[in-house]
Amino acid sequence: MPSCPALIIDGVCKRFGALRALDEVSFEVEQGEFFGLLGPNGAGKTTLISCMAGLARQDSGHIRVMEHDTVSDYRAARRKLGVVPQELVFDPFFTVRETLRIQSGYFGLGRNDDWMDEILARLDLTAKADVNMRALSGGMKRRVLVAQALVHRPPVIVLDEPTAGVDVELRKGLWVFIRELNRQGHTIVLTTHYLEEAESLCSRIAMLKQGRVVALERTADLLARRVQQTLRLRLGNGASLPAEFLAIARATPDGRIELLLDSADTVADCVARLHAHGVRFDDIELDKPDLEDVFMATMQDVPA
Amino acid sequence: MSVALRTLLYKELLRFWKVSFQTVAAPVLTALLYLLVFAHVLDRQVEVYGGVSYTAFLVPGLVMMSLLQNAFSNSSSSLIQSKVTGNIVFVLLPPISYREFFTAYVVAAVIRGLVVGAGVWLVTLWFVDLPYAQPAWILFFALTGGALLATLGIIAGIWADKFDQLAAFQNFVVMPLTFLSGVFYSIHSLPDFWQAVSHLNPFFYMIDGFRYGFFGQSDVSPWISALVAGGSFAVLAGITLSMLSRGYKLRN
Ligand SMILES: Nc1ncnc2c1ncn2[C@@H]1O[C@H](COP(=O)(O)OP(=O)(O)OP(=O)(O)O)[C@@H](O)[C@H]1O
Ligand SMILES: [Mg+2]
Repeated sequence: MPSCPALIIDGVCKRFGALRALDEVSFEVEQGEFFGLLGPNGAGKTTLISCMAGLARQDSGHIRVMEHDTVSDYRAARRKLGVVPQELVFDPFFTVRETLRIQSGYFGLGRNDDWMDEILARLDLTAKADVNMRALSGGMKRRVLVAQALVHRPPVIVLDEPTAGVDVELRKGLWVFIRELNRQGHTIVLTTHYLEEAESLCSRIAMLKQGRVVALERTADLLARRVQQTLRLRLGNGASLPAEFLAIARATPDGRIELLLDSADTVADCVARLHAHGVRFDDIELDKPDLEDVFMATMQDVPA
Repeated sequence: MSVALRTLLYKELLRFWKVSFQTVAAPVLTALLYLLVFAHVLDRQVEVYGGVSYTAFLVPGLVMMSLLQNAFSNSSSSLIQSKVTGNIVFVLLPPISYREFFTAYVVAAVIRGLVVGAGVWLVTLWFVDLPYAQPAWILFFALTGGALLATLGIIAGIWADKFDQLAAFQNFVVMPLTFLSGVFYSIHSLPDFWQAVSHLNPFFYMIDGFRYGFFGQSDVSPWISALVAGGSFAVLAGITLSMLSRGYKLRN
């Protein structure tokens, strides 16, 4: 059986009054992907996640989670989805374990303690299991939110800024755990403002700006194509730059020369041409763009 | 009963039981204070029905008033708290149907109402010997009245965006309707105009019918009261289910 996409988002629009929070958003996420949903504040990421989860209803368009429409077949769709909300919410009446037991019950699961113990251990919460939610630190509350989203072993896991306020060590631990879930076949959709995180984790990325998808590509392709590569040279003594390179060159304060190249493919060609002119260099380095450069460039390119 | 429904019910019960001093003991004490003050002032001067002392007359009214107010309070405050703190998402994310949602909140609120009502009844046993002429009516009106107010509580909890809006609903709708329902007097002692107004108040029928279960006497026939209470519940339940199925104010 060919596997269905984990997530289909098809022409989704959502307005709040005059504001178009989502404007014809369409993309698909395949099963087993680690997918990044990026965008500046107010881009519509949380709104889109709310529509997926049935916390909000889109004005038009359709969303399917593992083939189940989130409106007409909402119960099946919700069973397949685990959401870590962006807001740090908790129920002050209960302990961590009660919180998880209750959440598990809501999904129709009776005895689920083994899995809950494992989640608690993986999120380093075992020692806090019988502590009231009120008595946890912010980072711990955030981890309980992650635990709650995983309690029914959803095939699709959506994390809306799960690492905001979580310390470095736990952030690493969390990613090891989420990666492991991803390897086991869970589809992950991640929203984060830590772009290094997205760069190292996500195999594909969608960027939203003002409710529209402005980029949708494999992370590697985005990094390779979207932004100019910078080739930085220190010319050997006496050498000067051939005229044909002047248009793309600029000097740095420390006496080096930077060549701005359109893509990674042209780097080798450029070096070969310099050699052909007999130019020698003492030092050469390629400044790889990171996701932050791509992000900034993408957001500037797109007219507001 | 599905696991989801059972869990939501359990959570709602645990919620008030964990703070039972405030949710059960406090309203019982309030009712007791009413009894002490009103009975002390009025017992020797007022006889409502033949052979029924004022204190005896008052007790079923106080039991029912406490039951109704606490049923309302349970569902409405649970919802508004969840909305204001944001943890309402925990019940909106899972595959809980709107019927299960409705059932859990109503049943939990009725149970809170019954627990408080029973508490008031138990402490007032000290003061009066009540007859129990028709216990089936007592039970019927306790359950229907509790369910009616629990449902009204859901509506108020969903509608209100802030605690003070809910407080306004409680102070300007629920309190006047309960106080003017004949808890403290028989409406036959009122001028005609106010009698007619009282007949428009559904709470009056619930109190009157409930009291009939004890004394076998009432201002109107218990069958009429049952019809009004049951009909009001059916209407409000219909409205609430429709609000929930559309996600009114919960899934915007
Ligand atoms: N309930 C609401 N009522 C009115 N406007 C809203 C509502 N929810 C979101 N918006 C608006 O919709 C837009 C998208 O908001 P959203 O929360 O989806 O952004 P986001 O991409 O998640 O941003 P952030 O990175 O800050 O979390 C914003 O302009 C926001 O003000
Ligand atoms: Mg957001």
